[in-house]
Order: sequence, then C-alpha cells, then structure tokens
Amino acid sequence: MSKAKLMDFEKALELFEPVIGLEVHVELNTKTKMFSSAPNEFGSEPNTNLTPVCLGLPGSLPVVNAQAVRYSISLGLALGCEISPSSVFARKNYFYPDMAKNYQISQYDKPIAENGSVEIELANGRVVHVPIERAHMEEDAGKLTHVGGSTGRIQGAEYSLVDYNRAGVPLVEIVTRPVFGGEADTPAIASAYVSTIRDIVIALGISDARMDRGNLRCDANVSLRPRGTEKLGTRTETKNVNSLRSVERAVRYEIQRQAAILADGGSILQETRHWHEDTGATSAGRPKSDADDYRYFPEPDLAPVEPSRELIEELRAQLPEHPTLRRRRLKAEWGFSDLEFQDIVNSGLLTEVETTVAIGVEPQAARKWWTGEIARIANERGVDAGSLITPANLAKVVALVDEGTLNDKLARVVIGAVIDGEGEPSAIVQARGLAIVSDDGALIEAIDAALASQPDVLEKIREGKVQAAGAVIGAVMKAMGGQADAARVRELVLERASQ
Amino acid sequence: MSDISADTVRHLAHLARIDLSDDEVAHLTDELRVIVDNIAKVGEVATPDVPATSHPIPLSNVYREDVVADVLTQEQALSGAPEANDGRFTVSAILGEEQ
Amino acid sequence: MASEIIDLTAAELATKLAAKELSAEDATKAHLDRISEVDSDVRAFLAINEHALSTAREIDARRASGEKLGELAGVPLAVKDVLVTTDMPTTSGSKILEGWMSPYDATVVARCRQADLVPLGKTNMDEFAMGSSTEHSAYGPTRNPWNLDRIPGGSGGGSAAAVAAFEAPFALGSDTGGSIRQPAHVTGTVGFKPTYGAVSRYGAIALASSLDQVGPCSRTVLDSALLHDVIAGHDHHDSTSLTDQWPSMAAAAREGARAENLKGLRVGVVKQIQGDGFQQGVRDGFAKTLELLVAAGAEIVEIDAPHFEYAVAAYYLILPAEASSNLAKFDSVRFGLRVTPAGGGTVEDVMSATREAGFGPEVKRRIILGTYALSAGYYDAYYGSAQKVRTLIQRDFDAAFTQADILISPTAPTTAFAFGEKTKDPLEMYLNDVTTIPANLAGIPAMSIPVDVAAEDGLPVGLQLMAPARADDRLYRVSATIERMLEEAAGMPFYARAPKTPAKGGAK
Ligand SMILES: [Mg+2]
Ligand SMILES: [Zn+2]
Repeated sequence: MSKAKLMDFEKALELFEPVIGLEVHVELNTKTKMFSSAPNEFGSEPNTNLTPVCLGLPGSLPVVNAQAVRYSISLGLALGCEISPSSVFARKNYFYPDMAKNYQISQYDKPIAENGSVEIELANGRVVHVPIERAHMEEDAGKLTHVGGSTGRIQGAEYSLVDYNRAGVPLVEIVTRPVFGGEADTPAIASAYVSTIRDIVIALGISDARMDRGNLRCDANVSLRPRGTEKLGTRTETKNVNSLRSVERAVRYEIQRQAAILADGGSILQETRHWHEDTGATSAGRPKSDADDYRYFPEPDLAPVEPSRELIEELRAQLPEHPTLRRRRLKAEWGFSDLEFQDIVNSGLLTEVETTVAIGVEPQAARKWWTGEIARIANERGVDAGSLITPANLAKVVALVDEGTLNDKLARVVIGAVIDGEGEPSAIVQARGLAIVSDDGALIEAIDAALASQPDVLEKIREGKVQAAGAVIGAVMKAMGGQADAARVRELVLERASQ
Repeated sequence: MSDISADTVRHLAHLARIDLSDDEVAHLTDELRVIVDNIAKVGEVATPDVPATSHPIPLSNVYREDVVADVLTQEQALSGAPEANDGRFTVSAILGEEQ
Repeated sequence: MASEIIDLTAAELATKLAAKELSAEDATKAHLDRISEVDSDVRAFLAINEHALSTAREIDARRASGEKLGELAGVPLAVKDVLVTTDMPTTSGSKILEGWMSPYDATVVARCRQADLVPLGKTNMDEFAMGSSTEHSAYGPTRNPWNLDRIPGGSGGGSAAAVAAFEAPFALGSDTGGSIRQPAHVTGTVGFKPTYGAVSRYGAIALASSLDQVGPCSRTVLDSALLHDVIAGHDHHDSTSLTDQWPSMAAAAREGARAENLKGLRVGVVKQIQGDGFQQGVRDGFAKTLELLVAAGAEIVEIDAPHFEYAVAAYYLILPAEASSNLAKFDSVRFGLRVTPAGGGTVEDVMSATREAGFGPEVKRRIILGTYALSAGYYDAYYGSAQKVRTLIQRDFDAAFTQADILISPTAPTTAFAFGEKTKDPLEMYLNDVTTIPANLAGIPAMSIPVDVAAEDGLPVGLQLMAPARADDRLYRVSATIERMLEEAAGMPFYARAPKTPAKGGAK
C-alpha cells in the first residue's frame, strides 16, 4: 500500500468545504436473530448458533423477530424519526460467501423510520444537529477468516473459512443526510455523532454497543467541494471504522487525502475505502459503479410491518432521556467544571462514568480513573476505553482504595491486571499480594532502619527541617515495594525521629 | 423490440453467477428477445393508478416471539458442505473486498 | 391380493387399516411391489424410502397395542422431491442438489409423519419445478401411464404419474402456475392447489415464493381432501401462512358426494380461458361437463375477465424474478454440488462454474430472465408492471365471484403432448399454463378433476374449478358431486379407466 499524499488539515479547509455522511450499523441485543430463532450470541463455537434459516437451507423461510421490531421503533423514535405506518422488507441481491442466501433481507424504499435529527455536543461546546435520512432493519452477514498468504488478509489468502453464527443478527442501519458546515470540527462531529448514537442505544438497552466486537460499526462518507461552489464533490465511503477515535482520524485523513488529490488537479474516485488502524490510513477498496445492481424487490416471504399508533406511543413514552439533556443533567449533578466534564464527553466515557457513579463511586474518582489510567491504556492499545474494564470492576478497585487496602499506585497495577484478564480486583490483590502494609510494626522497622542509615537526615528533622523527611519516606516506600500508605509513613517518620 | 444483446446476457449471467458458454449466450439472447417481447405487454395495462400486488393474500405484522428454537448442531450445519475445516465452511480464495 | 390393495383409494385403505383387515406393512409392500413392477417404465420416483416397511411395521405394532391412531395411519404416500425430507435425499429435480440430505423435514412432511402416513419415496419433477412436462428434470422425464410416449405434465409429473399408475394412493405436490393441476389433467387424476397460505411452504424448496403452494394429488376428490386436512393449517415457520381455522375438507367432499344435485350453484365460465385455441377433445370434454352441470341444476354464467390475457406475461416476469433470487443460495458453499474450474479459481469462479454445471437450460433461462426483469432501469417496466397486472387479475376474480360461486375452465389447452413437442420453443411451453396461472397470481384455490377421455388420442381431460380465497371447501363439495355424477354416468370411477399396465405407444 503506497502512502498517499496528504495536505495539511488547515490548508485543506482553506481550499475546500468538507461534507460528511455517516452510516451506522447497530447490532441489536435480542435473544434470537432477526428472521430466525437461532441464538444471537457472541463468541460461540463456529456454526453452532444456526437454524436452517441462517444457513439459507433449501425450503427455509424467514419470520420476523417481534422484539427486533420494537427495538427498531424505539431507536427510530430516539433519533427523532417518523415511524412508517407501513414498512416493507426487501431483498438486496448480491453474491458473497458470508451471505447464506446470497441476498440480504433489508428495507429499501419503505424503511421503518425516516426524517429524524440527532443533537450532538462537541468537546468545544458546539452543538450540532445531525439530520437523519432513515433507519432501516436488516440482517448481519457471517464472518470470514482468510487462511494462508502472508498477511492473513483477504488478498493473497489461499482459502477462506465461513462461520455463519453472526449471519442473521438483527441490525438497524442509520443513515444521515449530508452534514454541512462542520468545517474544522468535521472529524469531531463524526465521532461525537457515533458516540451519541452509542449513548442512545445503550440508554435504550437495545445493543451491547461494543465497537470492538462490531456491535456498532460506522461507514464514513467524505467529500470535498471547492470553496464557493454548490455541487457536492465525489465521495468515498470508508468502511471498517470501528472505534470512536478511528472515526475522527479516518474522516480527517480522507479530508487531507482528497484535498491533496484535488489540489493537484486530480479527481476523486467514487469507491469504498478501508481504514487501517495500524497505519492510520485508508486504502482503496471496491470501486462503486453501475455494476452494483442489487435488484431490490419486496421480500415475498415476509409481510409488511405496520405498527399501531398505540404501540408507537407506548414505546415513545418509554424513551430514555435525550443524550444532550442527560449531559446537562449529569454535569450539574456531579458538579464538574466545564473542563472536567468535556474531558469525559470527549473520551466518549459518559456512560461508563455514569454507570460507575451509579454503583456508588464518587463522581470525581470515577472521572479520574476513566479519563486517566484507563483512557491512557486504551490510547496505547488503540481501543476504546469502555471495552477494557467493566464499571463494576472499576468500582471494586476504587472501594479497595477507599478502605485503604490500595493506594493509587497499587490501584493502577490492579486495573492493568484486570484489563489483562487476571480476574477480579480482590482476587488480583490476593494473588499478587498487592495490599498496602498497614501493620505499623513493619513500617516502624523499615523507618528505624532508614533513619539509622541516614543520620544527617535524622539530624535535620530533629532541627525542625521537616521537609527533609522526604528522603526517608522515599526510602521506606521503596523498601515496602510501594505497598505502604505514604501519609502514614510520614506520620511515623516524624514520630520516630522525635524519639 | 427489446434491447437484449449478447452483452446484456453476459452481464446478467455475471450478476447471476452462471458461467455460460458462448453457445448458451447466443441461444439465450435469441430466446430472451422473443420472450421479453411477449411479456412486455404487461406495460399496456399497468397504468400509474393501479397499485402493485406483491402478496396474493395481504397480511401484516407477522412476528415470532424472541425465543430460541430449531437450533442445528454444528454437525448438522456442516453435513451438506462440499468442504469444511475447523467447524467452518471452506471456500476458495476470495478476490476483492469484504462487503 | 396385491393388485386389490393398490386399487384401493386412500379412504378405502384407511378403513381397512382401521378395521385391521389390512396391515400397514401389507399396504406399503403392495405399493413398493407395484413400484418395482412399473416404475422402470413410468419413472415417477427419484428415491424410494428404505424405511417405509419398518415405519409401516411400527404403525401396525402401535395399532396392535391399542393406541388410538389417526384416520389415515398406515396409508402410503408419495412425496414430490421439492419437499425436504430427513430420511431421503432431496434434489428438486436438479443436479445441483444430487444426493443432498436435509437436516430438517418440511412442515407438510412432518405433519404427514405425525398422521402416521408412510412416505414411499420422492417423486420426479421438472428441475426446481420449472416446466410443464417433467422433461426438465435433471434425472430424465417421467412418463404418462396412459401413454408412455406422452408427458405426465409438470412440474409435478412424478406425483401425478405415481398416483395414476397405482404406485401410491395419493401424493404431495406443489403448484406455482399449475404444477399440481396440469399433471392431474393429463394423467386423469385429481389435483388441488389450496388458497395461498393455507398450507405451509416451510421446507418446500422455493420456486416463486408469492405463487408456490403445496397441495394434494390423488385419484379421487375425497382422497385429496383427506390429505389436505393433514397438511393444511397455520405454521409459525411460514410468515405467509394463514391463521384461519379451516373446516374439514374431507367432510365437505363427503357432503358433496351425497348431494343430490347442484341446484342454485352459479357456475362461471371464463371466456378468456377456453375455446377455439384448445384441442378438440378438451373442448368436447368441457362441453359435456357443462351439459352435466346444467342437467344437475347449476346456473351457467359467462364471465369476462379482461386481464387474463396478461396473466401469462405477468407470471413469466414474477416467477423468474423471484426464482432468480431464491436460487441464488445454490452456490456450492453450504450444500450441494461444487465444481472447481480447471486450475482452481476464486470463490466467484467456483460459484459460476458450479451453477453453470449444476443448472439445466430451463433454470438458466429463467434465472437470466428474472435477473433482467429486476435489474436497475427495468424494474418498473417489467416486475413492477407485472405486480400491477396481478392487482388487475385479482379485481377480475373479485368481479367474477360476485356473479358466480365457482369458476370453471378446461385445466389445460391440450391433452398430454408427446415428449420433445414443446421443448424447442420455450414460449409455447409457457403458453400451455394459460388456464392455471390466474389462480396462482390471485392466490385463490383451484383444482382439477378428470372428466373425460379425448376421442382423438384416448387421453384424459380435466376440468378446472376455482373458488374465492379461503373457499377451498366449496371446491371439494362441488367437485365431489360432479365426480359422483360422472361415476354414475360411466358406471365406474374415472381411475378405473386408466390402463392397468402402463401403455407403451398406446395412443388410439
Ligand atoms: Mg451501507
Ligand atoms: Zn446495511
């Protein structure tokens, strides 16, 4: 993959106006699949979550999951959409080995939800209304593993293996209208939008929303138009952008890449592109052309979805608070400064912090750990912080700090261990013997040894130069392997020195 | 007259993933022209005011409760597979891109 | 003894079985013997159920132990190969599925097993039910027992021929545009296409989802009604399955058989599907039946259905379109044939080579046609317009049923034609379905009963009866009356006129 030429971002914005459109696929967390009674479960043995329907066996027929319809309506309402009085499933025909029937049951000209708007708030406080064109129900495809070849990627593979466990998992695809006027905030708008969608589906309880597991997937359409022109530029669709930070990076990258091409007098190819987390770049995929003739037609095996007014109003009444309102409320409840709160929102960790606080952790502590140590590790590993540790486990760590079993330094070690899968916090503390030494006897022994080896320091302390105690405290902490409460050590050092 | 050419048939055969021989393409081109000329007459009466019927007996809101049933074992799932490995279906190399 | 057993209707077999005058084992064995005797000529079966005798013996044992069994327990049954079965291979008449064993049973098959019917084997058919002659089966044609040089109809030629040749008392078929009724017509048997949604399609390998309907084939009206009662009723695996509580079709047939006359019945004759273009013997048979109906007190009403002339065109757009999508799953990945091109190739190459090798010419023709009808830029002109024609045909039927209680027509324009007669010209083959297609487009029930033998070729002629959606029982009631009147007139049931030894070159 040759490295594309990129234009400086600020320069690109001077010359061009970026326009984005986002397609987000949300996997619903129903018990069974969209059109089959097979389990909707992640991580099972391959090809075990199947009925004849998921395999497209001859003679098999789809039947719609009532719960998936209810979830889709709720999501449509939360996106401010109108719910169609009659929406229709359609077949999208194309051959691909991860699609058992070689058509995907989706919705085409009559989606379940249309014409919505989602309010998002950026880190800099800017509020943007992202217009929603539609949200439709469809089924997910199976998973391919490419074997052979050097990279394990699709190119150069000798053969591929297909696991249809994911085939038929219910999806809602949310499609925005073009988003104009984002300017320099455009990449941030993209990620804030995805983050808001994530907040919405979590609040609704309809998706596990784990981007690392593909529960939430984003395709980002980016185009540029020269300043002062009306016509939209040719767009690219970047697929596979599966973390919040990648969304932002991928959009920024495409703006810079396209700007460089256009400024050179080149033209943009309408194509799908693939985001590569490792290189932070997109690469060319399949060109879009008229050859994409999906031959949509109404699915003859399924009846239209015609929700009653009563059902729609019942679901509307159950909608959770809108994310923007929720943010305002939480900020007030937690008493955070603008900066502290934006720090959370910016990292996409609002739900994690909220859940952690709900378990009983002090808001400041929850914020500190999520946006601090956990976000740091997430950044290092290029994943979303929310995927690393559960709020319940973090709460346990914080409780261990509060009761004095751990200090902050040890807590960081425990968090790292939880993330690395070593188990539950108290088990890790046990197994690794990480608890603070709270036995004064052991501390006094270490302090006396340290004072004895540093008689000059002892002298200074006795002369009243209390700050000299730092050297002794450091030596004691080192001797205790960090597993001591520094405040208590300081107290004891002063006490022993005065004796 | 319909606009079906040998190239049309080849394009359709590609969309339908059928590797037609040249001979078949030639035959089908002729046959399809005749058939399409005959069935195109539906346009004579299919005026804009007529609604389309996709289901002979109209139903709506036909649902299944969200309960697991009819699950196949991995062995059953793979029982008809031309080739399988590690509990999965084996296919030749895929040229191109993941959808 | 054996020849007596195979002469029995399913209803008669059931009575003898229930009375323990006959064992299920003997009933099954008699039919298996008959298959051994004549099927090398008729070729109705693609597979014989190796478990038939053991299944029959189990039923006998349960009956002997005093268990209360269903009305039809122990009666043998033939199953069209379009229906998936766990104990016999299912091919839908195609090479692409040769030897394939389904891990699940079609709902109708499961219901037949539940009713303790004994599946004898799987019957031949046009590949994926595309055809009207069974000549498009990848496994060679079935022959008409009335004349082995003639077609048995299609696509369900195997089921009709099996029943006509006394290889089974009744059989399961499927009807997308006449595949139960037209074979019944040419083999002198009874065939019934239920109201769309009356019988589950789960496990019936789809041809055209919005047209397909599974139904019974038999030698008598009552036998079809009995089988209909077993297979009909709501199935939650099929979203198009109706939730209606159906009256007993067998009760309706028995009631019809007892009826003195047809007084007060308004019988509509559709102008557009009879007349000059039809073979003389077919016209004669239809005219004689009309006389009989009039004599029985029925009122004949002429019906104008102006859009029926567009039915074949609409059908040959809707069917290929849906079929092109339904048959996409035959791609060599999860089941069926795999053909790898010389020197390997990508998955796309393998799929294309497999489908080229595995599908016959008629299937390819319809897939290409259907792909064309759905492709961008053509949808409105073709598929979209065909769906509008469907609305117009439904309106024609609605209007007709305000004037008539049932509609009748000849079931097909000709008697059984010779092999090869229509395979050269696909369009001519398609036009053969002109009479049967409208019922599928409208989703209404329709059936064929044998009424006559054509003078010119000595081959059977059928009468098609159609009723409004959900009035399946009305057809059984009326057809049973007509059947009894014909039997009284001829002095024997129609099936008794069938040649007992399948006739080689037996045309008069
Ligand atoms: Mg998309
Ligand atoms: Zn989608």
